[in-house]
Amino acid sequence: MLQLSGNNEPDGAPSTLLDLRRGDAAILDRIDLPGDEARRLMELGFLPGARITAGFSAPGGDPRVFQVDGSEIALRRATARLLKTRPDKGTRLAADARIR
Amino acid sequence: MSVCGSCHGCETSVLELPRPAATRSATPKTIALVGPPNSGKSTLFNRLTGLRQKVANFPGVTVEQHTGVAELPDGRAVRVIDLPGIYSMSPRSEDEQVAYDVLTGKRADTPKPEAILLVLDSTNLARHLMLAAPILSLGVPTLIVLNMADDLRNRDGHVDREALSAQLGAPVALVSARRGEGIDEVFDFMAGALAKPTPTELPVLQDVPKCREWAGRVGRQARYQPPAPPQWTRRLDSVFLHPVAGPLVFALVVLAVFQTLFTAAVPLMNGVRWLFDVSGAWITATLPPSAFRSLLIDGVWKGVGSVVVFLPQVLLLFLFIGILEDSGYLARAALIADRTMARVGLQGKSFIPLLSAHACAVPAILSTRTIENKRDRTATILIAPFMTCPARLQVYTLIIAAFLPERRLLGVFSSRAAALLGLYALGFLAAVATAKALKSSILKSGSTQFLLEMPSYRWPTVQSLGLRLLDRSKVFLRRAGTVILLVMVILWVMAHVPTHDGRAPAIEHSFAGQIGHAIEPAIKPLGFNWKIGVGLITSLAARETIIGTLGAIYGMDPETHSGDLASAIHHDLTPGGAVALLVFFAFAMQCISTIAVVRRETGGWKWPALQFGYMSVLAYSGAFLAAHLIR
Repeated sequence: MLQLSGNNEPDGAPSTLLDLRRGDAAILDRIDLPGDEARRLMELGFLPGARITAGFSAPGGDPRVFQVDGSEIALRRATARLLKTRPDKGTRLAADARIR
Repeated sequence: MSVCGSCHGCETSVLELPRPAATRSATPKTIALVGPPNSGKSTLFNRLTGLRQKVANFPGVTVEQHTGVAELPDGRAVRVIDLPGIYSMSPRSEDEQVAYDVLTGKRADTPKPEAILLVLDSTNLARHLMLAAPILSLGVPTLIVLNMADDLRNRDGHVDREALSAQLGAPVALVSARRGEGIDEVFDFMAGALAKPTPTELPVLQDVPKCREWAGRVGRQARYQPPAPPQWTRRLDSVFLHPVAGPLVFALVVLAVFQTLFTAAVPLMNGVRWLFDVSGAWITATLPPSAFRSLLIDGVWKGVGSVVVFLPQVLLLFLFIGILEDSGYLARAALIADRTMARVGLQGKSFIPLLSAHACAVPAILSTRTIENKRDRTATILIAPFMTCPARLQVYTLIIAAFLPERRLLGVFSSRAAALLGLYALGFLAAVATAKALKSSILKSGSTQFLLEMPSYRWPTVQSLGLRLLDRSKVFLRRAGTVILLVMVILWVMAHVPTHDGRAPAIEHSFAGQIGHAIEPAIKPLGFNWKIGVGLITSLAARETIIGTLGAIYGMDPETHSGDLASAIHHDLTPGGAVALLVFFAFAMQCISTIAVVRRETGGWKWPALQFGYMSVLAYSGAFLAAHLIR
């Protein structure tokens, strides 16, 4: 529903926020959630094209904290799994320019 | 409101002198405070209004309404409404609906604000500016308050406020509400001529990405330089969210909270008790013996005193929770607790209400408002009254002191402390089991979305902590002055009528005694006699009244008149009955204030009725089992 670009990983399933290790960053590609829930995430900065960095997590790794758009937001793994990403290379400058 | 001496622009100056209170509230201009959560809105509200504020509910909805009066430098008063924190104006949640209705003048109970203070976090301006679009499009005079300006400066951020003001077509103030920087500008805006905002452009409001693009563009044109990442927050989080140190700190914090409850509060509580004893003795000595003196001392003074004694304990606990919340740690605690809470079907945000419920269920139930998922919120409300509050603690302490000799277990633990801890655990386990049952049946919900913003760590301010404690004291004392006072007076009357030849009857033949005897068959299986029965009835209003009640009954009974309350109870209850009484109090929902707040927060009688019924059945059967298993 929020598909803005189609360049997913060539092999198999697209990567998600869950695949990020602490300190890693990726570009958010789309949110596989119904309208209202996706909207709430977008208001917090999870917009397609935004650069997201994985931060600390609760003991046991769930929920996890993500740095996005100047703030730190905690998401459960079940939600993070539905936020599909694309790698943060080359696109970085363009994305930064768009959201700054 | 002070006399309006030299105020020119004050159109109502003629009517400014003393007037009935009813028309007074209509005169001040009304200003609304709007902003996203964590923008420091409440801190600014405290700055503007100080002690002149009150909290109520918007009628018909479960949204808290903070209103206050700000006094302008020229002496005029302005009514300030602190609206709930919102991320957008698309009315989806109840909070957003209320904010939208107030700002557009659709709520009959609230006057339409003539001006808006839009509070944004200047350290996260690009995202927070998104809210400026719908607010400015309302066409109401607006001041853009860029809060936390000290943080922005200290972390090498920058914003050109003139450029921002030009873009948004509205005045901009750089403010640090915590330090009081720039507050004068806010007052100047409130006192000055108000103009409608004239932004150069506005995005399509329904489109979040478009709004964000617009906010980014405005930020760039205002040469916004975001601050460096908060180093201290990252450093502290590397400890507080560390896989090993994190849970350890969490456990220490929870332990410290209970340590405060058990030990630090005791000298203060003894002080309050002493005050009531001394003043009670003074009243007894001053007044001639009469029925009125008896009512004043045995009814009012002892009854109210038995409740007010808890004030230090409740306040210390709220001070603790206030420090945790204002510093930002509570969000981390919720994060750490989330996984454990998820096991019983709840979520991390339920942790905060359940912790506060150990001080008092009423504010705890109010604090469930941060839980967006309605079913999770209802479940949290339904289990919160199982947490051991100070009222229960007082009953426990009395009964344990009457039956359990103080001994050392394994050389270290006190036997009485261990018994108390067991009762805390009993309440907690009942809550967990109930949550599990509710969340797998009537309140079942799919995997809940859990979104929690981690604010940067900040030093709590004395002002905001002080105002919070003042607010809690008011609620607490109002309860002692109304519900408890009323129950104690009614009880005193019931225990002193019908009179025989102008003299009070023996307690057994009074109305109170007759009622106790009437319910005795129902409570006999639990090991309780009619005196305990009277105590159970009065404790329906508030748990701790049973102590005042039993004190009054045993005090009037010649058989137990001489001894203290603990030995009188020991004389009247078997050990099985004592355990049954403890179990009964651990489970029963004996608190009118809690029932009232649950009704208000869930919007009807359905949930409080279910809760009261469930907890009563659990209390009765638990006590029945205890009375028959322990002999």
